[in-house]
Amino acid sequence: MAHAEIDFGKASRAALQDPQLRANFRRAMDGLMSKRAAQFADSAEWHSMRALGASVRLRALSKLPELLEKLEENCTRNGITVHWASTTDEANAIVLEIMLRVNAKLAVKGKSMVSEEMHLNAFLEKHGIEAIEADLGEYIIQLDHEMPSHIIMPAIHKNTKQIAQLFRDKIKEAEYTEDVDQLTGLARRVLRKKFMNADVGISGVNAAVAETGTLCLVENEGNGRMVTTVPPVHIAVMGLEKVVEKLEDVPPVLSLLTRSATAQPITTYVNMITSPRKDGEKDGPREIHLVILDNGRSKIYADEELRHTLRCIRCGACMNHCPVYTRVGGHAYQAPYPGPIGKILVPQMEGLDKRGAMPHACTMCNACVEICPVQIPIAGLMNRLREEAVHPGPAVKDAGAQASKAEALVWKGWAATFSSPTAYRMATTVLSAVGNAAPASLPLLKEWTSVRAKPRFAGRTLHDLARDRGIPDV
Amino acid sequence: MSDARSSILASLRASRDAHPVETVASDFTVLREKRWGPAERLERVKRMMEAVHTEFVDATEQDWPAVVQAFLKDAGAKTVLYAPATEAGARLESSWADGGPELVRYDRPVDEFKEEMFTGIDAGITQTLGAIADTGSLVLWPSADEPRLLSLVPHIHIALLKADALYDTFWQVMTENRWAEGMPTNALLISGPSKTADIEQTLAYGVHGPKRLIVVVIR
Ligand code: SF4
Repeated sequence: MAHAEIDFGKASRAALQDPQLRANFRRAMDGLMSKRAAQFADSAEWHSMRALGASVRLRALSKLPELLEKLEENCTRNGITVHWASTTDEANAIVLEIMLRVNAKLAVKGKSMVSEEMHLNAFLEKHGIEAIEADLGEYIIQLDHEMPSHIIMPAIHKNTKQIAQLFRDKIKEAEYTEDVDQLTGLARRVLRKKFMNADVGISGVNAAVAETGTLCLVENEGNGRMVTTVPPVHIAVMGLEKVVEKLEDVPPVLSLLTRSATAQPITTYVNMITSPRKDGEKDGPREIHLVILDNGRSKIYADEELRHTLRCIRCGACMNHCPVYTRVGGHAYQAPYPGPIGKILVPQMEGLDKRGAMPHACTMCNACVEICPVQIPIAGLMNRLREEAVHPGPAVKDAGAQASKAEALVWKGWAATFSSPTAYRMATTVLSAVGNAAPASLPLLKEWTSVRAKPRFAGRTLHDLARDRGIPDV
Repeated sequence: MSDARSSILASLRASRDAHPVETVASDFTVLREKRWGPAERLERVKRMMEAVHTEFVDATEQDWPAVVQAFLKDAGAKTVLYAPATEAGARLESSWADGGPELVRYDRPVDEFKEEMFTGIDAGITQTLGAIADTGSLVLWPSADEPRLLSLVPHIHIALLKADALYDTFWQVMTENRWAEGMPTNALLISGPSKTADIEQTLAYGVHGPKRLIVVVIR
């Protein structure tokens, strides 16, 4: 394999051996699922809202280039500076340039998955700028030098004891406590100083409104408002698909987002930012920058089927409902986006050579498709990527990277057997006679039987039994 | 990086023109039909916001400054930040009795007293544009006269709500008041005190923003 450091299979097997991790995820996901179900108890309302949400996202995608231009035009008119980046390197360079110009030493960050895509913290650190995560979950994992294990609840893999120990080890003034209010209070004290002294605030964007040039952010903690209001400069980073056409498109999208994500009718704060501090205003940043990032999205957009990946509003509900995610947890994916959305998005961004294993980690149970608030046919897209992985073609980066001669041969043999009655009859006769004698440790069989019972062949085929009952062969 | 801009837009345009995205009409009926009676609305706002630890206090047009002062005194607040140039600010100033918490004017740029705001202010008082029954949310439009940090930095946020300024949904607020024709620097919905569930899904209040949110309902 070309990317030895990324081995989803190995990481999954390790995760499955960790009972604490599995318990943490199982408990959290069970709670999230039942609370979400209660939010959408009225099924007529759910169906109408979801259709509305999907229509808003599809309309935005149908006019994507025009809406991005309109967003730029309106933001610029409002005093927000718009930047474009094709790659994460370009986006990082843009952020750094702004920081250097204002001589920034300390940045505070609100939660942003795009900044995870960019590995922005590590990049800034390399250039001598401290970037502190202010969302409590992100702060926790930053202390432990970890990646988020969930796009909404980044520290969901840790329990209170683990966090208590971490705070004791990593925060100077901390005493060991498992009291959640005290732990939260400690983070409040540490981070308030950072908000006060930060030179730049960095945030993501949940929805950007083309019609008005408004950036919308949802959050519960107030850190998002802090980073976008207190420091003199605010930099927002967004994926180019985050745009919506009209202001009135925002309420349905945010309602579906917050109810699906954390089962809240709405988050504590909905923060709509339209301009930097105007003359006479007493607070707010004097500069706002919006960085619009492509990072493979325009390529995803080129394919008629795969572009539906870009409808996603990043609610994370698909991971909460995924039987694979719940068992292996978020870190096994070794990617910024885990779970079902990660399995369709990351291979398209990073290529099927590096990420070819991801679309296979799916049982096709369809749970994600049923709950996705914008009706993305996730399982269908997963299948498509499995196909792309073995057939070279232009649609996806490194398509065909997983093509294997042996696998192609097996399928050829299978097709030949199933399209010739004689061959089929011979094969089934042989298998029912001696199939059960094959040891479970045979090379190919071993893969299957290492974690599953070996299938038992019936002594007689279905055709045989049917013939006995007088049903003639066709 | 203007070449990034043109190459991104050109690529999106070419893809879209080659294969247009099929759309369906957006039907907002589901939001339009979310309606509650006048009495139900306030009751619902209260129920939903109380569920996330918001506190409610009743007052009248006459007595609300005294009610606020008494409440803050009880809460142990020593310093209260307010917006002197607003209607509510003027009322507070004229009727604030001696001996209670000290009123602090937010009448200069935050840059001049950031440290004091973060370390020396106990409470902040703001007006609201109203409340939303569907989600239990307050609507705030901070302004030059009523700055943004009033509702964020102080540990206690007192929000004044006129009992008849009630809406059904967020969508109704923005469409009826034609927000799309002109958005302020910052518009906000606030649905409770600051909170987090990032430590093992256990709810904790007051992580970065206010620890307490008190809605004073003025009739
Ligand atoms: S794919 Fe759907 S369910 Fe998953 S995060 Fe995106 S919007 Fe939510």
